[in-house]
Amino acid sequence: MRHRSITAILTGFMLAATPLAAFEVEDSKVYDAAAGTSIIRIISTADIDVFEPIILAFQQQHPDIDVDYTVASSAEVMKALYEEGEPFDLAISSAMDLQTKLANDGYARTYASTVTATLPDWANWRDQLFAFTQEPAVLVVSEAAFRDIPLPTTREDLIELLRDHPEHFQGRIGTYDVRTSGLGYLFATQDSRNTGSYWRLTELMGRLDTKLYCCSGQMITDIAEGRLAFAYNVLGSYASSRLKDTPGIRIVPFNDFLSVMLRTALIPKTAENPEAGGVMIDFLAALNTRPDLTEQTGLPPISGDIGDLSNAMRPIRLGPGLLVFLDRLQRDTFLRSWSSSMEQE
Amino acid sequence: MTPALAKGSIRRRLVLQLAGIAALLSLTFFLVVRAVAEQAAEDTQDNILAASATSIADALYSERGFVRLELPYSALSMLGTISEDRVFYRVVVDDETLTGYDDLPAREPWMDSRENKFSTLTYRGETVRSVAVTRAVSTGSQITDVMVIVAQTRLGLEAISTRITATATAVGAGFFIVATALSLLAAQTALLPLNRLAQSVARRGMADLRPVVAETPVELIPLVQSLNNFMSRLRASLTRSEDFIAEAAHRVRTPLATVRTQAEVVHRRLSGADDKKALREMIRAIDESSRSAGQLLDHAMVTFRTDHLKTSDIDLGDMIRDVCDRLFPTADLKDIHIARDCPAQPLPFSGDPILLQNALRNILDNAIKYSPADSTITVRLTANGAYRIAFSDQGRGFGDADLTQIVGRFERGSNVGDIVGSGLGLTIADEVARAHGGRLEISANTGGQGACVTVLLPRS
Repeated sequence: MRHRSITAILTGFMLAATPLAAFEVEDSKVYDAAAGTSIIRIISTADIDVFEPIILAFQQQHPDIDVDYTVASSAEVMKALYEEGEPFDLAISSAMDLQTKLANDGYARTYASTVTATLPDWANWRDQLFAFTQEPAVLVVSEAAFRDIPLPTTREDLIELLRDHPEHFQGRIGTYDVRTSGLGYLFATQDSRNTGSYWRLTELMGRLDTKLYCCSGQMITDIAEGRLAFAYNVLGSYASSRLKDTPGIRIVPFNDFLSVMLRTALIPKTAENPEAGGVMIDFLAALNTRPDLTEQTGLPPISGDIGDLSNAMRPIRLGPGLLVFLDRLQRDTFLRSWSSSMEQE
Repeated sequence: MTPALAKGSIRRRLVLQLAGIAALLSLTFFLVVRAVAEQAAEDTQDNILAASATSIADALYSERGFVRLELPYSALSMLGTISEDRVFYRVVVDDETLTGYDDLPAREPWMDSRENKFSTLTYRGETVRSVAVTRAVSTGSQITDVMVIVAQTRLGLEAISTRITATATAVGAGFFIVATALSLLAAQTALLPLNRLAQSVARRGMADLRPVVAETPVELIPLVQSLNNFMSRLRASLTRSEDFIAEAAHRVRTPLATVRTQAEVVHRRLSGADDKKALREMIRAIDESSRSAGQLLDHAMVTFRTDHLKTSDIDLGDMIRDVCDRLFPTADLKDIHIARDCPAQPLPFSGDPILLQNALRNILDNAIKYSPADSTITVRLTANGAYRIAFSDQGRGFGDADLTQIVGRFERGSNVGDIVGSGLGLTIADEVARAHGGRLEISANTGGQGACVTVLLPRS
């Protein structure tokens, strides 16, 4: 997941109209279809190797559509669409707040089909923003570190553990640096909204010299290699896909609540081939009928009975509420509190 | 009879006017419901906007001389709970945007009132409803006015409006249909007494000039009174003319009797054959005149009595016997035989004996008059169902005269020019039969020459 510093870009689109430098592309690949007659340009935060199975399956169903897939961080996706008006036909991002802002501020097209109508209400906002995966934030632990210590099942448990065994966890905790990771910021702000214990936990983690990461991948590697005892708020889908080839790690879903990030897609206003964007949205909205793709990508599709599976699952609600933590003042305030809790030297 | 000229219909006019009123009321209902409901929906949106802006204003605080804000999560998420409308906000401190969408229009002048200012405007190509809340924030030494503006698009409102319009239309149309159906019913009910009156007048017999006494609504009383007045005048006029005829006949008959007696005396004295013949002609003419005068008197009497029937129980067999006996001498003069065919048992009937006798006598008298000498007249009474008293003669019948017209006053058969007659006999019989609820049947004799006149009387 790529959530680079979005502070600068937020300041950019909130305050000034000065165009910044062109958005930064991390990776891109063109998939020529068997009988390509049109092309869909996708800008996405998902890595090529994660998303490729979906593109190939899509082209099997639609052999007439070439796919031009561009990978960028969520902030760069925002920049490309919000400021530079790049003519992408589909924007896929894990940054629900930024996607919501795009739709709210009029940068998304309205699209409706029989497939999107089957999505649960909470997975569709304004017929502009469509969620197609549900990925919870989980606790990933090192099995070795918890051999003699009971696994925490709630945040309160975790706080108690940290209080009881500070020497055991000193310097061995990892989490997102919310100042640089958009996803980390999203999870942190939702936690702060959902539970009063978030700030106590942050305070404790700061005292125990928590290591800050930009991305889930490195955190999981460090757990597997014994440098970390646990990492807080790791994207569950990434952790699951790493379980197979990474011995010694374990996923602990909290049962007080689990913030669930919804990966969303929208058709930008500037799209040149919005019809193809719609076709791709239909394909993504129907991912729950393709367990093979779930297996290959590790991206759990939207399921209507999310509440039945576990009462702790709390999909982050699409809507204007997400604009609150994008507010410049709000962000400043939150980051100041967070920094002062996390960095106590 | 001259057909009445139809111009318009009360019922149609009533229905159209009531339907028009119903349409007007339905339309009013529709407009009022829609206006009220849309106002309510708008007020709801305004209230939520105001709540959102107020909660933002409440979160304002000052820090080191600067206004700060911790945007409450609920301030924007509450707007997302009722609809999927786009949301914009802006916080302005001293004409500078503190945070939010800095191109969102602020209300000017915005410092003159502390009240919430609502307005509808176009922002980013869409109609939005916005509220501005002004709050004074103390920043150390001074008080700073801060304005919070929250705006929301109106898609949710439009959806509600569409739904309300659909409902109001359906209810309005339903109301109109029901009201129109009810107005049809109302018109029907309102016209019922009028129809009843019309029917009761139409059902009356030709000579029925009694006043209408049926219960009528007040609106129809002038009409009924006028009708009754008219009928009483008509009746008085008819009675006067009948009286006049009777008086005239009576005054003619008495001197005629004297003239006849004198003529007979003279006839006996005369010896010249020509003179005798002339005098006989005279006597015959006097007889006819006297007979006509008698019939006119009879008719006047019948007309009077049919209005005031004096009924008593009589036996029809006795009555027929009596009539035949009385006319036996007249028949005998022409060698006419009267054959009676009556059942032996009593044939009770409730009627006016004088009228019935008069009617039967007139029929038999007619039959004798038109029968050739040395023939038979059959009087047959049957009592299968109604009483049928049939007089069959062997005379010349009625020729080709219209049998339905023959009972009219002074109407006579087309083939009787050589016989003196007034044409009142059958009229009298017919009126008497009708007064008793029966009628007169006139036909050619079945199987043979002659006419058959039948009086039908209902068995009580």
